[in-house]
Amino acid sequence: MPFCCIFVPDFPVEAILRAEPDLRSKAVVVLEGKPPLQRVFGLNEKARRQGLELEMTKLQVEAWPDLVFRNRSPLQENATHAALLDCAQSFSPRIEDTACDTVVLDIAGMDALFESPAKLARDLAHRASELGIETNVAVASNPDAATVAARGYPGVTVIPPGEEETRLGSLPLYVLFGAPTEESAGFLDTLERWGIRNLRGFGTLPELAISERLGQKGVHLQKLARGAVRRTIIPVDPPLLFEEAVELEYPVVLLEPLAFLLARLLDQVCARLSSRALATQELRLKLQLETGIQAEDDAGPANAGLSIDDGRRCTIFERTLRLPLPMLDPKVFLKLLQLDLKAHPPGAPITKIWLSAEPARMRPGQGGLFQPPSPEPEKLELTLARIAGIVGENKVGCIELLDTHRPDAFRMQHFSVAAEPRKLRRARPNTSPQSAAPAVTALRIFRPPLEASVTLRDGHPMQIMCTKKKEVQGNVIWHAGPWRSSGDWWEHEPWARDEWDIAVQTTAGLVLYRLIRDLLRGKWFVEGTYD
Amino acid sequence: MSSLLVCAQPATGLPDVFVFAESSTPLIKKLATIPRLSPVTPASQIQVRAASELASTGVPAIDLLTGGLPRGCLSEICGPASSGRTSVLLATLAAATRRQEACALVDVSDAFDPQSAQAAGVEFRNLLWVRCDPEQQRPRKDPSIPLRAGSAETNKRKSDFNCLDQALRVTDLLLQSGGFGLVAIDLGDLPAQTARRIPLTSWFRFRRAVEYTPAILLVLARGSCARTCASLVVELKASGIGRRTSGKLSPVGDQLSGETTPAHGQILTSMEVRAEILRSRLERKPVQSVTAFKTQVNKCS
Repeated sequence: MPFCCIFVPDFPVEAILRAEPDLRSKAVVVLEGKPPLQRVFGLNEKARRQGLELEMTKLQVEAWPDLVFRNRSPLQENATHAALLDCAQSFSPRIEDTACDTVVLDIAGMDALFESPAKLARDLAHRASELGIETNVAVASNPDAATVAARGYPGVTVIPPGEEETRLGSLPLYVLFGAPTEESAGFLDTLERWGIRNLRGFGTLPELAISERLGQKGVHLQKLARGAVRRTIIPVDPPLLFEEAVELEYPVVLLEPLAFLLARLLDQVCARLSSRALATQELRLKLQLETGIQAEDDAGPANAGLSIDDGRRCTIFERTLRLPLPMLDPKVFLKLLQLDLKAHPPGAPITKIWLSAEPARMRPGQGGLFQPPSPEPEKLELTLARIAGIVGENKVGCIELLDTHRPDAFRMQHFSVAAEPRKLRRARPNTSPQSAAPAVTALRIFRPPLEASVTLRDGHPMQIMCTKKKEVQGNVIWHAGPWRSSGDWWEHEPWARDEWDIAVQTTAGLVLYRLIRDLLRGKWFVEGTYD
Repeated sequence: MSSLLVCAQPATGLPDVFVFAESSTPLIKKLATIPRLSPVTPASQIQVRAASELASTGVPAIDLLTGGLPRGCLSEICGPASSGRTSVLLATLAAATRRQEACALVDVSDAFDPQSAQAAGVEFRNLLWVRCDPEQQRPRKDPSIPLRAGSAETNKRKSDFNCLDQALRVTDLLLQSGGFGLVAIDLGDLPAQTARRIPLTSWFRFRRAVEYTPAILLVLARGSCARTCASLVVELKASGIGRRTSGKLSPVGDQLSGETTPAHGQILTSMEVRAEILRSRLERKPVQSVTAFKTQVNKCS
């Protein structure tokens, strides 16, 4: 059994239902076209049973009660098709992208992995269901027979080799064609006038007569009806693109309903990544804001992007979440996105949402009994995002000292747990108190430095007073210095200063300060306290 | 030879005195029949808490004094400005980061000096620095109400409380997140009366969060503010400074004023610190309660 076909019935409707699963129990009609010329483009089985048909106008179908109308969404159809390809590729590396609603897999040699073709087909249908797509799956000895069987029979179908004609015989004629076209409508009309109702009837007609009346296309269709077409599939290698999108019926204004939609999209993206044994290290969120409304200028970090297309007058708001390690937890991603959007709100109602994930290999984890404690990466990311919401984004992280002599030159970087397990270093035992290095005297910095009034005598500070910090005042009973330093004279912001170490008798006792004189501005500052 | 046994009844608290005879079996039988002793918990069922593991502070004198900082407990280091608190903090951070433990520093006054920390040996990739921002306000419920302009002193107090509020919330998040070997809260520049206004419930909550974990919660302040929640409180005081004058090292304790060497010929070299244990709830009884040590000024910073 070398070929398996996975087919999505009512594909436009299924794409909508994948984004809104609560509509599955209702009769759904998908419309296409500009009002008032909208026509039915797709409908599900419940709507079909009520007597609706394709190409009916909206005015006609509105007479039916309890119908749910949705506009066709090419965005969601593309996302559903991509999910279908991912699902197929997680089972076989050789797949054919036959149509937007049909994928054929070459399952030759899969016996070692799956007990039987039937089990493979059931697993495939189950995996597609986990991705939110209801499918028909069929297995046959050639790709076209599998495709016809998947179109005609619901659920899972397995056709043993040699029984294609028998098993396909009872299917109606429309299963020979994919998307309805004028040519297919013509063939069906002709065969109906001949009194042919199923594939068995079509297959028993003489081949020469079919060739004379319907041409080579008719002969090919007859072979399809018999399940006798032998061809090889054209394999494709779909790109590793994990993107989900949803087009909203009504603009979303609040962040709470947006969170529901993001949760659904994240579940779908993570399910697709999981099916390929991948994780993600970067999430990109793109929001289309309501037409004609200018979004507020976001003074956030550089990765917030606003682009305006004057021709279509739409505004796109982008956010990118970069993770320190590959992760695959939709709940953590949702929380991070919520915290990020809370800190950087879009500023306008949202009409479309795209969510894409950059695939990365899953990180291997090997715990150890003797490793030092460290925070869990997922929990740490959430904690850091929450802390950034409290103190500000550039106020939390780890330090990177800059290669410069400029005082207090450093940069804040993202804090993350080391990817590799850290080795516990053995501390050398101190053999004697003299061998231990003494503690280094620390400086407590005032940010910004406190401007001070300094009384000088013979160029030496004798008394200081800070208006901003009343406790920093008093007589200088000891001082050392000055030490002159300068730098960056070739840059836009040069610096030059004299440093003094002073001991000041304050009400709290003797305090050691570092006093600086800014030579460029001619002002005195207290830079910090030795503590 | 008889000895006295006193046991207190939990219900009434009134002591009952029993005199041991040489043979204790009749006594034990009698004890078993007394109904008033039924609420007493047998010793085999008392939950004995294991002694806390101690971690080095990086300052040998303080390690000798206290044995180290206890894990799963709240410890305090207090003292006025220039008492050596921050030096001890940096030494503790250096020791913890060298042990490859993830450490967090909640800096209420944004006073942390990276260059001093580098000189002390802190490994920055293991240190999370949280800088409280007095300008970062909590989201107001009604942003249309304008803030009233107050006096400089009032505004300063408001910014202090704002930073304190941020620090408490951040500390709560860090402790709940878990995985950190050391979480240090630096309240150093905050006025003592402001730090004392932190409610006791917050300290209880923090202590409860680190209990039974390997995390050390260290608080640096001008005075002791965690009260009964702290298992170890060490007070530091400056007892002198060391300086080099004209190539010679002046002994610590010399009079600072009246120095004849010109200022450019003097260098601050060290600070002499006196440490005293104010409270210790640890199992190990300290050999002494006071010690002294020196911190060395690194003039490259």
